[in-house]
Amino acid sequence: MKLQGLNSRGNVEKVMKDVKSQASKNAAPRKPGGLNAEIQSRIGHQLRAMYDDVVRQGVPDRFADLIRKLDVSGEQPHVEHSGGSNDQNNGRD
Amino acid sequence: MPLTDSLRDDILASVPSLRAFAISLSGNSDRADDLVQETLLRALANIDSFQPGSNLPAWLFTILRNLFRSDYRKRRREVEDAEGNYAKTLKTHPSQGAHLEFEEFRAALDKLPQDQREALILVGASGFSYEDAAAICGCAVGTIKSRVNRARSKLAALLYVEGAEDFGPDETVRAVIGGSGG
Repeated sequence: MKLQGLNSRGNVEKVMKDVKSQASKNAAPRKPGGLNAEIQSRIGHQLRAMYDDVVRQGVPDRFADLIRKLDVSGEQPHVEHSGGSNDQNNGRD
Repeated sequence: MPLTDSLRDDILASVPSLRAFAISLSGNSDRADDLVQETLLRALANIDSFQPGSNLPAWLFTILRNLFRSDYRKRRREVEDAEGNYAKTLKTHPSQGAHLEFEEFRAALDKLPQDQREALILVGASGFSYEDAAAICGCAVGTIKSRVNRARSKLAALLYVEGAEDFGPDETVRAVIGGSGG
């Protein structure tokens, strides 16, 4: 499952669409290795759109809880990872 | 240094960008959050080794990056399977417009060699200097620069090759997903 959390964000999709259509107009495509400044800036724009979309989601409760709990208990956290799957449920009320 | 309130707040403030880094690296939001959790636990367990006044985000990113790379070796097979399914999904929904463009970008990013992808994300999205990115990746500044350049060239080739728009979606997907062996 890929990026379910991101798929619904219209902002990114709009940027992507814009970026792609602009870039295909401006591309200098015959040299895959030599890219013009326009394409570079489009790629940078796409990359930041993807990234900033996640940044804007802020801090999920899961992590705020984790850090708060560790702070209160004053204990060194147990680093051992018990398996592949998600939560050990050790920080929840 | 000990875990002060302000250090704790700073760590918390780094969580959004740690998640963005983890998702950009792994392409999988569930796995990314596991990576972030593991990163936070390690950071807090080793907080004494953090030098006050040094770059906290860079320190946290280094932990996450190293965790991802050790995890990556273990999970490589799984990722390849996921890519197979991913391609199938795209071919079944060829007309989703901008959504597909985003998926294409994501798929192209996933095609980059690991070294190039992480360098590009650190410099191009996280906003680290070449120097910080080099420290995070444990390599020379010049190496980071060349990885970033190669990453950009490869993305350009994957995404903006001549006539890509004229291919059917299947062809585009194939070009993006199935390109070089890598």
